[in-house]
Amino acid sequence: MAINWYKYASPASFYTLAGKMVPFFAIIAFGLLIAGLYIGFFVAPTDFQQGEAYRIIFIHVPAAWMSMFLYVVMAFWAGIGLAFNTRLSSMMATAIAPTGALFTFLALWTGSLWGKPMWGTWWVWDARLTSELILLFLYIGFMSLQAAIDDPRRADKAGAIIALVGVINIPIIYFSVQWWNTLHQGASVSVTQAPTMAATMLTGMMVMVFASWMYSIAVILKRVRVIILERESHTTWVAELREKGAL
Amino acid sequence: MFFWIVQRDLLLAVRRRSDVLTTLFFFIIVVSLFPLSVGPEMNMLRTMAPGVVWVAALLASMLSLGRLFASDYLDGTLEQMLLSPHSLPFLVLGKALAHWLVSGVPLVMMAPVLGIQYDLPLDALFVLTLSLMLGTPVLSLIGAIGAGLTLGLRGSGVLVSLLVLPLYIPVLIFGAGAVEANMAGVEFDAHLSLLGAFLLVSIVFAPWAAAASLRVSME
Repeated sequence: MAINWYKYASPASFYTLAGKMVPFFAIIAFGLLIAGLYIGFFVAPTDFQQGEAYRIIFIHVPAAWMSMFLYVVMAFWAGIGLAFNTRLSSMMATAIAPTGALFTFLALWTGSLWGKPMWGTWWVWDARLTSELILLFLYIGFMSLQAAIDDPRRADKAGAIIALVGVINIPIIYFSVQWWNTLHQGASVSVTQAPTMAATMLTGMMVMVFASWMYSIAVILKRVRVIILERESHTTWVAELREKGAL
Repeated sequence: MFFWIVQRDLLLAVRRRSDVLTTLFFFIIVVSLFPLSVGPEMNMLRTMAPGVVWVAALLASMLSLGRLFASDYLDGTLEQMLLSPHSLPFLVLGKALAHWLVSGVPLVMMAPVLGIQYDLPLDALFVLTLSLMLGTPVLSLIGAIGAGLTLGLRGSGVLVSLLVLPLYIPVLIFGAGAVEANMAGVEFDAHLSLLGAFLLVSIVFAPWAAAASLRVSME
């Protein structure tokens, strides 16, 4: 079955499609969250080096991964919007930014909560921490640039340029622990090698990663629906929705 | 056309000398504030010097970004440049070069004098000047993107700092890092090579991104 991309590139038809998808992803996210937290707090064993404090990884690692992943997705949609002049892609990019910034903040916050008992300090100027902080600045720069421009189409394009320029930071964050030998530990999970952690810990973490992923999709789709309504408020299809009492 | 743009911008800068001097004096004042605020202890000043000079150079270069396109935008010259058959990225490169000659080079020339105030050894002064020489053009080039994006916006001065400063951070790290490495007695070539790489990459990509941002802003 071929998906008719052109049909769903129209904000009006995507609005109804997104409306159907939001509850679906929200329920999956909720289920995975409960399962992930249960594995994380009750099933996974205590780490012999780090004690109970390591359990922060069930939030920290998914948040850190999502913060980078969402930036790439945001830059991708922004770039598509810039190249093909599709309004919906740019709206997606605008909708992703707050969720990405939230996960970046969570990754920094939980990291510093973990750093206090483990490293004895809330914050170090280590390569990965610094580059993650820069990522937060990039998200904030993107959002404030879009907020400062009144014309939404100009805001879309300007945001796209700054998002694409900022993509350079993503590989720097990802490889920072390999390039610079710093305090933040290297990756414990790798595609090519056996993971260096217990299987239940890994399961719990991966379940939480999928929970965050599904949560992001649900929230972003919800937000893009609001953005569509806001920008299309002058159109007839929104007026029809309003008459039908669907809003 | 490229040289014409550079020549024209330099001529404008010579006619409005106060603009150039304001940036330079801002740089000098910021650097001089630190010994006054943290105390004149020479050992501490020596370790702080590379970072202080680099941060001040970043701020000074950022402050002068407003002038990069703003006056051309106001009097309509920029619109003519966009309409001209010449390649826009090339024109932007010319404007960035002129901006560096006007606001970057004076900082580079001034840096050794300020370094002496911080009691830097002679070879550290040399590395500081060299790193600024390689790093400040990158600041002008990246700054052109931010200046293009915020053209004609409300509060564009604050906004441009929010957009541009995170992108300046790598230049700051390796620029100040080169001087620190030299003072610690380790090889600093790697830092300077990376700065040179940043310069080459930004010469290729930044004018192009800045031209795109000008087209977005002028629509």
